[in-house]
Amino acid sequence: MARLDRMPEDERNHILALPCPTFSSSPWVTGPPLAKRRVAIVTTAGLHLRNSQPFGVGASDYRIIPANTTANEVVMSHISTNFDRTGFQQDWNVVFPLDRLRELVGEKVIGSVAAYHYSFMGATDPVRMEANARSLARIMRNDSVDAVLLAPV
Amino acid sequence: MGGLSHYLEEEGLATTQISLIREHTEIMKPPRALWVPFELGRPFGAPDNASFQTRVVVSALELLEAHNGPVMTDFPEDTPDFVVPIASLVCPVSFAYSLGERTSADLLMDAFRSEAADLHNWYDIAIRKGERTTAGISRLSLPEIVEFFISFIGGSRDASPIIDVPVASALRMAAEDLKAMYLEGVAVQPGTQGGSAAMADWFWGETVAARTINAIREICLELPENDFQLLGELLLVPRTQLHRFQEWKKDE
Repeated sequence: MARLDRMPEDERNHILALPCPTFSSSPWVTGPPLAKRRVAIVTTAGLHLRNSQPFGVGASDYRIIPANTTANEVVMSHISTNFDRTGFQQDWNVVFPLDRLRELVGEKVIGSVAAYHYSFMGATDPVRMEANARSLARIMRNDSVDAVLLAPV
Repeated sequence: MGGLSHYLEEEGLATTQISLIREHTEIMKPPRALWVPFELGRPFGAPDNASFQTRVVVSALELLEAHNGPVMTDFPEDTPDFVVPIASLVCPVSFAYSLGERTSADLLMDAFRSEAADLHNWYDIAIRKGERTTAGISRLSLPEIVEFFISFIGGSRDASPIIDVPVASALRMAAEDLKAMYLEGVAVQPGTQGGSAAMADWFWGETVAARTINAIREICLELPENDFQLLGELLLVPRTQLHRFQEWKKDE
């Protein structure tokens, strides 16, 4: 079932050889029931508003995507060529499911959608994103966010 | 991805994440992860399939109600795969016509201009139809990208068409936009059907644009600057498509 099994052997080996940081702690934050949570999306797909600065090699900063953004306002400048873009070209929700979150509020599955969502560029070592991520956490808490949906690409 | 979840959670924010590479997630041990069997680039599974995407989103969010962790569960469904090959594509021109014999840069560039002009028409239709495009990071039009690439291949190494963006970065952005314009354009052509692999096979296997990008890649590899080297080694042609150009080279 795993897509890794369906990749060419060289590609699979390349991905498996990528370095991953390890962590000594296991943080665990509790919160209210899902139906009362305020949810933000944080993606590493290298998304940003059309007029924002594109991501470059080694970028560890993030871009802001307001909750009222429409699909045509968002582009992707992730530096890797090694993943499919046609799904995103067809429907942004396959990478950034903001429309789905909005619907889940209407269905009372979640409490609300955050005022802002965020994107990093995932080809950068996550350790280099630490300072920006911690700063971003404080900003999200000020927006009363208590659930973050993290999405790779 | 797993790293971000640790940092955010340590700052007091509950996180749940999609995992595309189970082996990476098992090493990084984020608090909550939903492993999905989808291909890279499609973390929520299937485009234009809201109910499927919702099941993925809700499955990930429901992990927030787990009592302890780290916890990783598997999403139980695969995406509905499209198996119709893009061979049924109706092309306005035979893009890679006689390129095996016509190897001079000038002829390649003529073919590139002609092909791009045809695709431009379809790209305009795609925008009109979908009222959306994912191209735009370079802010160059398709004809401007074509002329930029032709100029670079012709020997101009220091003329970036994007203000304050070095040539190597401009080439990468323009290549991404070119691919987006081609793929969005061909997607609306009558007869086009196919999944992501077929679309990639079409672009990298059948277009002059791909051969042009590869020509740029080969030039970059011969330039001494680090940004061109990085571009040539990693950032222009996907690893899984490089074999095509090696095979073509053998044939020429």
